[in-house]
Amino acid sequence: MQFGSADYSPNATTRRATLRLLALLGIAGTAGTARADAAPGWPEEAFHQKTEADAVKTLYGKPFEASDKVTLDAPEIAENGAVVPISVSTELPGVTTISILVPENPFTLAASYKFAEGTLPSIGCRLKMAKTSNVVAIVESEGKLYAASKEVKVTLGGCGG
Amino acid sequence: MPSTIRVRAQAGDTVTEVQALIQHPMDSGFVKDSNGVLIPPHHIETVTFEHNGKIILTADWGPAVSKDPYIKFSFKGGAKGDALTVTWVDNLGKTDMLEAKLA
Repeated sequence: MQFGSADYSPNATTRRATLRLLALLGIAGTAGTARADAAPGWPEEAFHQKTEADAVKTLYGKPFEASDKVTLDAPEIAENGAVVPISVSTELPGVTTISILVPENPFTLAASYKFAEGTLPSIGCRLKMAKTSNVVAIVESEGKLYAASKEVKVTLGGCGG
Repeated sequence: MPSTIRVRAQAGDTVTEVQALIQHPMDSGFVKDSNGVLIPPHHIETVTFEHNGKIILTADWGPAVSKDPYIKFSFKGGAKGDALTVTWVDNLGKTDMLEAKLA
């Protein structure tokens, strides 16, 4: 069975498939090698980092500080690690990027968004989580990095399923 | 073939809210099929949103973004009938594009 279209519906088969996904996500797979055909501007190297520090360093090359002006909305408990709704917003001015990291995933960086002037610094999306992990939101405001984090407990499986 | 992209964009008094849903497997490269063979990575790398030809948001995605990705954001301005273009490119070089009108 492929991890196909119907696999997120709550039945036994799906549960098994999801468990398998979560188990396998925990096993580091092939480390990506540089490709000539990556989408232009896609920060390939940053997406292949395995720790929070390395991902931020590769993507931004500068340190970040915690800030209560960054709002990270994520569930306390995610029953299905395949679809975890995450949203990030901030009242900080001059926001150019927002990135979302899941340090316990095989690759830490999950998504990075670039905002044009006039686009509100707020984003909602859905991410996969291999197991219980902090989720870290990094906001780049006027050239500086600010972060918020929250732990999301993934109830299905966990590493080793 | 119907577009892989569905978008809903509602122009309000000051901001336009955009929600998009893209059909894509977003295979992470870490999952095996029923024969124990690793399903190779197949995921969207970038999504670009343009309002009347000007880029308003670029999303760079790794394999941790869920299958059939959803995204929600807002931008200032935008009037009913304005063009909103959504384009994605994945790691296999596949691409799709949709031009919608703001409602």
